[in-house]
Amino acid sequence: MWQALSTELRPRGLEIVTVALDLDPEAAYRYIDKAAPDHPSLIDSAHVVDELLGVVNVPNGVWIDEDGVLVRPAEPASPGRNPALDSLLSIDTSTLPPHLADTLLEARKIKLDHKSYVVALRDWVANGAESPYALGPDEVVRRSQPRSLDVATAAAAFELGQELHRRGHPSDAVAWFREAHRLQPDNWTYKRQAWSLVDPLQGPTDEYKGHWAKDIKEIGAENYYPPLDLSPGLPD
Amino acid sequence: MILTSLDIDVEALEARTGWSIRPEGACKGDVCVPLSADAVADGRVSVPRLAERMRMPLLRDEAHGLWALGPESGGRALTTAEAPDLVLPDRHGRPFALSSLRGRKVLLVAWASW
Repeated sequence: MWQALSTELRPRGLEIVTVALDLDPEAAYRYIDKAAPDHPSLIDSAHVVDELLGVVNVPNGVWIDEDGVLVRPAEPASPGRNPALDSLLSIDTSTLPPHLADTLLEARKIKLDHKSYVVALRDWVANGAESPYALGPDEVVRRSQPRSLDVATAAAAFELGQELHRRGHPSDAVAWFREAHRLQPDNWTYKRQAWSLVDPLQGPTDEYKGHWAKDIKEIGAENYYPPLDLSPGLPD
Repeated sequence: MILTSLDIDVEALEARTGWSIRPEGACKGDVCVPLSADAVADGRVSVPRLAERMRMPLLRDEAHGLWALGPESGGRALTTAEAPDLVLPDRHGRPFALSSLRGRKVLLVAWASW
């Protein structure tokens, strides 16, 4: 999805690096092989990036300058509409089982401001630190996700769940995944990764109280991604 | 960070969490948190001491003999704007260091198959 933008902006000094947050790397390989990107395309099967950068949903982007300093924290990031997703969303829902129809109807309401994001990205690539979208270090920290003790504990619980799943104890993993969901209910990464291990379509299961269509209705699909905050930061 | 014992090698701690152990304490970027004198010995860190000082949760899975040390809490996900020194495998399992891109702007995009 990012290849066209990478081709456009690489000669101007931007390297796009994608990181798949997938406990099962094989699941990510299928997409990478199909896209065959020429930019670095990495796998984070332990969800380390989530914890280190405060990623709670995907796709999320982080901008890093030439000195290795973040100038924007994790935030919703998209290069444009995804034709494959658009095609999926256009399926006639009357032909689908109720929970799948429900999922598609909710997914259609999701908003992701890809146009503004790409405008901001091009501006930063052209103007560097002078770009109004490049934030100072204190502002980057301020705008990163809050981390209460519950949120930090959710990270530890999620990591135990992953470890047990990886070691071949999927039913024992579920209890830790549930605990992560309870402690940080707005972390869609924790939810969707765990749900997908039981049901790739993330529908209702015996293992989890929540599922994608149910949980998104509770918050309102328009709130699935927070609005992109492209306002200038406070001076550091 | 998954643990099987409650003292860990300082290099392993830094590789996973970004917190390095220096004479000033546990440091990330230009932030340092002083640690008690008995928290570090012979290149190993006492996890309970570290966890208490940094407000890092420490969970135990008795059945499997594992601990999980969570990240520091009470602030934001980022302690510093310095990018973490991430090293992750590519599609073919080859390690790729984010730091190899110094001198260029980077857009790091997190996505997933699910």
